[in-house]
Amino acid sequence: MSERLIGILTSSFLKILIPGIRVTVPLTLLSFALSFVIGLLLALVQVAGLKFLSLIARFYIWIFRGTPLIVQLFIVFFGLPSVGITLDAFPAAVIAFGMNLGAYNAEIFRSAILAVPKGQTEAAYMIGLNYPQTMARIILPQSFPIAFPSLFNNLISLLKDTSLASSITVIELFTTTQQIAARTYEPFALYLEAAFIYLVFSTALSALQRWLEKKLVWESKSGKSDKGSGINKAMIG
Amino acid sequence: MLEVQNLYKVFTGSEVLNGIGFKVEKGEVVAIIGQSGSGKTTLLRCISFLEKADSGRIIFDEYENDITKVSKKEIKNLRMRMGFVFQGFNLFSNMTVFENVMEGLVTARKMNKDVAREKTMKVLDKVGMSSYADRYPGELSGGQQQRVAIARAIAPDPEVILFDEPTSALDPELTGEVLEVMKKLAKEGTTMVVVTHEMGFAREVASRVVFMDKGVVVEEGTAKEVIDNPKEERTRQFLKKAGSKFEL
Repeated sequence: MSERLIGILTSSFLKILIPGIRVTVPLTLLSFALSFVIGLLLALVQVAGLKFLSLIARFYIWIFRGTPLIVQLFIVFFGLPSVGITLDAFPAAVIAFGMNLGAYNAEIFRSAILAVPKGQTEAAYMIGLNYPQTMARIILPQSFPIAFPSLFNNLISLLKDTSLASSITVIELFTTTQQIAARTYEPFALYLEAAFIYLVFSTALSALQRWLEKKLVWESKSGKSDKGSGINKAMIG
Repeated sequence: MLEVQNLYKVFTGSEVLNGIGFKVEKGEVVAIIGQSGSGKTTLLRCISFLEKADSGRIIFDEYENDITKVSKKEIKNLRMRMGFVFQGFNLFSNMTVFENVMEGLVTARKMNKDVAREKTMKVLDKVGMSSYADRYPGELSGGQQQRVAIARAIAPDPEVILFDEPTSALDPELTGEVLEVMKKLAKEGTTMVVVTHEMGFAREVASRVVFMDKGVVVEEGTAKEVIDNPKEERTRQFLKKAGSKFEL
């Protein structure tokens, strides 16, 4: 490796890392927060069987899962101004990423809610809880540990997908890398460097996931024997 | 006190209710016996609105209505007056034993928290589970879980408690502790409807035994009448098959 290359890599490292921390990370977290709320709402209206809202939810999911993310980004940032809605690049990216991932998270939440045994709902009704109370106190707390690994998976995907925001002028990790690569004519080394920094971020997230899962596992485990023995034996009996 | 008349329920499967009538008076312990598929569980689930009956009437003291026309709010009010103990316990797995019992008092009935805590400890004591108050259901044996489930059902002092095969999911050595708790409740004058395969329990504790077959009541009377001197051929046949348990 030439001295010049080493010089470029070391001097660019912080230049890439800092927008990574300042832009890529908040972009990921904000978008995910939005997708979490959207996903939960879309799932709730569907499992509640609210006919009209369910229809809207299905339509939403159909649209956002059926079209490319980069097209959605372009529509929000370049397209909306022609109908009078002009957004800065960063909020435009948060909205596009959040709305897109919301469609995927909706399916995760929906299946996690449906995975909670029916007996839990029945028991809640029989002690006098109504539907919203049952959802909030019994079903959702039990579906979060079920949804957690898949949600986190989506979070890690999102972290990498935020590089697409470079295409709508957000100055994040990848945009900065592109600029330096263009200036130094060392695309190979610099894109490897960017890949490395993404890898560091996603590894940190994976570690966080394992740590959080350990904390959650106990809670979900404590219910397993109940579900297992109850259901199996009910079937035999 | 609680009565259903002319109750019909047809499933796509085998189990049906064929215009059954059933009544429980205050202070009674009614045991419902019969083969699997005779409709006992369905009867209990229709009374508590966990299944929608096809037609029939429900009467609970002053309340009377077509069972298919009971509004959501009325269902909730009627359920508040009942306790239900499930075959599979159905304790809330995200809550401790204590929280399981307290939930119905605080969230559903808006009881003062201190009063609810006291009440919760009292019923856990009654079922012998107060020392497990901070455990999660998954850490308990089936028998312990079912005792907690009974505590959860009796905590709000319901007017009647419905038991759906409370010991059927338990290993034989664990049924005793649950039946003991139920006997204790019966002695205290709790109104109970118990769907059960435990002939010994029915005979010893029930003030009335109801034998069901194919979705109707075939025979009913005191335990002596129905279990020891059945009049109907179908009852006799059933008891013969259940004989091994009956001897215990």
